[in-house]
Amino acid sequence: MNVPTHLQYTREHEWLKVLDEATALVGITDYAQNSLGDITFCELPKPGRKLRCGETFGVVESVKAASDLFMPIDAEVLEVNPVLTSAPETLNKSPYDDGWMLKIKILNRAQLPGLLSPEAYEKHLGA
Amino acid sequence: MSSLRRTCLHEFNAARGARFVDFAGWEMPVQYKSILDEHRAVRAAAGLFDVSHMGEITVRGRGAGAFIDRLVTNDISRLTPGGVVYSPMCHPGGGVVDDLLVYMRAPEDYLLCVNASNTAKDHDWIRRNAGDFSGEIEDQSAQWGLIALQGPQAPAILEKLTPVPLRELRYYRFAEAPVAGVLCIISRTGYTGELGFELFVPWAQAESIALALEEAGRPHGLVMCGLGARDSLRLEAGFSLYGHEIDDEITPVQAGLLWTVKLAKSVPFIGRDALLREKTDGPARRVVFFRTGDRRIIRPGTPVLAGGTTVGRVLSGTLSPVCNEAIGSALVDAPAASDGLGVDVRGQRVPLTLCKPPFVTLPKQH
Repeated sequence: MNVPTHLQYTREHEWLKVLDEATALVGITDYAQNSLGDITFCELPKPGRKLRCGETFGVVESVKAASDLFMPIDAEVLEVNPVLTSAPETLNKSPYDDGWMLKIKILNRAQLPGLLSPEAYEKHLGA
Repeated sequence: MSSLRRTCLHEFNAARGARFVDFAGWEMPVQYKSILDEHRAVRAAAGLFDVSHMGEITVRGRGAGAFIDRLVTNDISRLTPGGVVYSPMCHPGGGVVDDLLVYMRAPEDYLLCVNASNTAKDHDWIRRNAGDFSGEIEDQSAQWGLIALQGPQAPAILEKLTPVPLRELRYYRFAEAPVAGVLCIISRTGYTGELGFELFVPWAQAESIALALEEAGRPHGLVMCGLGARDSLRLEAGFSLYGHEIDDEITPVQAGLLWTVKLAKSVPFIGRDALLREKTDGPARRVVFFRTGDRRIIRPGTPVLAGGTTVGRVLSGTLSPVCNEAIGSALVDAPAASDGLGVDVRGQRVPLTLCKPPFVTLPKQH
């Protein structure tokens, strides 16, 4: 499984990429897309929505199953990747780049160190 | 997965990237690269499926045809050697023990192709209902591999490997002839709605046949397909799947399979009285097919609502890769089986548009 070293992770297989002091991107990992198989639908929140760390922010569906998405930190949604509405299979093809889900405003930077490092996430996958 | 059974093509499938799941006690390929791509490949070109988990039961000897006619709802007496017929096999109450294909190999020599999940149950059922039939009833599942070659390119691929004039082999007919030098049953049947064949192959030689098909199929865009695509293809075509549209409780009358129930045939078959009564009175519930115009898949078990009342449940649901919308089937109370039905998906009402399958334009089979 591809676990890029420049991202942070959750145990529920989301990734977070800090862009600057105040913003970050959120998506699902290569492991997540691979386990789900063909992704057919992706439901994401509207910009402006505030979510707490661990709160469900959306759903991703594959032919096999529907799976909840969990917010890695307290955040406000700034942008939603418009590609995923019409082409949710982008999540299979490019989970870390074209398949980003949300651009968020970081509301509590103190939570960032609580996320998994790439090494810790790989260990989590191996467990 | 050590206790699961493996098909004769297990290594062949694994080497081609199969992702395996437990299906009816078998370790079966559910997909290779992508269910959606495999599905589209079958509609556009051709797909190769290992369905060797399916059961084969032979019924042979004096009176075999009449005996099978007592077991199944369709009319076996009209078969000629080389003919195939699809039929439910029912309980006395009308519920379905299994649905199967009956192959007439010679007079009083039949092969029944049954669902993997039901093979042992069927074998037992057939023996228990043998009555005065004294011929042979044998579970030959361990001897037969089954390879489905489906899609518009299927004849072009297979004709390179067999002397049988395939264009003359009509729908629901079969030939016993070599494929890649191995004697097989070549059946013009399938579970996708496409032009295609199902090949009953000797278990030990399945891999050499699969290799030959793969080689012959390469210039035709042949793709390895798993059970995932098999399920979405059959649902798009509107074919019933045992355990979904039919089961021990859901009768052929309810499932819209009345065309397979020959109430007038001369042999009084198991379930006839119950099915006749249900046909006369009208079934209390019915299997309907629906589309949603939305990509959210409606999962089996989801309650079907009319207003605020639950009037049924979803039996099958998937995304049609061709229509690009959710399709499915549901079992609903007969009076409610009309417009105005819906389901709840994560707190949102999704209306169901009832329709008559197939959901896609399929080739005319003859």
